[in-house]
Amino acid sequence: MKISMIRDLLDADVLCYGEGLESDVYSACGSDMMSDVLAYVKDQAVLLTGLVNPQVIRTAEMMDMKCIVFVRSKKPNENMISMAEDDGIVMMATDMRMYDACGTLYINGLIGTKAVHV
Amino acid sequence: MSDSLVFHFDVDGDNFTSAGQASTQVKKNLRQLGLSPAIIRRVSIAMYEGEINMVIHANGGTADVVVTEEYIEIVLEDRGPGIQNVEQAMQEGFSTATDSIRSLGFGAGMGLPNMKRYTDSMSIDTVIGEGTTITMRVNLA
Repeated sequence: MKISMIRDLLDADVLCYGEGLESDVYSACGSDMMSDVLAYVKDQAVLLTGLVNPQVIRTAEMMDMKCIVFVRSKKPNENMISMAEDDGIVMMATDMRMYDACGTLYINGLIGTKAVHV
Repeated sequence: MSDSLVFHFDVDGDNFTSAGQASTQVKKNLRQLGLSPAIIRRVSIAMYEGEINMVIHANGGTADVVVTEEYIEIVLEDRGPGIQNVEQAMQEGFSTATDSIRSLGFGAGMGLPNMKRYTDSMSIDTVIGEGTTITMRVNLA
């Protein structure tokens, strides 16, 4: 799924474009706990979260993720936007809640990953 | 060992916002060395979790990363309260973090288990009231 399709499906506002919206992504994860995100590596490229602080971007960076989606109308500050831009990460915000956002992406083909410990 | 590279960082314990800066820098440095993305990811996640721990539990400390041809070693040293029960702390889901830390997205009790998971060896040297030193290695050869 292209990142531009995620934007369209979630009716999201793009806050920074990173390396662009035309990259293909194949899996995603949704969590407000960053250590849970860090526990399962399997090339998740998209992080959906309701947490807004700089550690969200650092977590995505450590995981080599390409896109962060803030749910429930959460908006990052300028500093976070600038961090994401520097890291080449696309950042967007949607009014949808976590469950709805994850479900929408899932039924449209962006499946999750089985919990595989590395 | 003459070919080893050493990176040293001071981790600021008062600033949650800047936590992870050392790990970010190490990730960049390792990329420049041309190491594989999988190795870089393991090292940087393990170090990042450790760095976060130092900030939320121990008021900061120092981080040293040594890169040799055989391995990458990360040494995290703090002068925090020490770990009361290491075996318990290594269990997934166990955490002494406060609700305010949880609201920041950490304190799920996954930090130390994640550090062990992503490294080939990890040792914890802790003294109550004096501090903790964690040494982790990721093998390259």
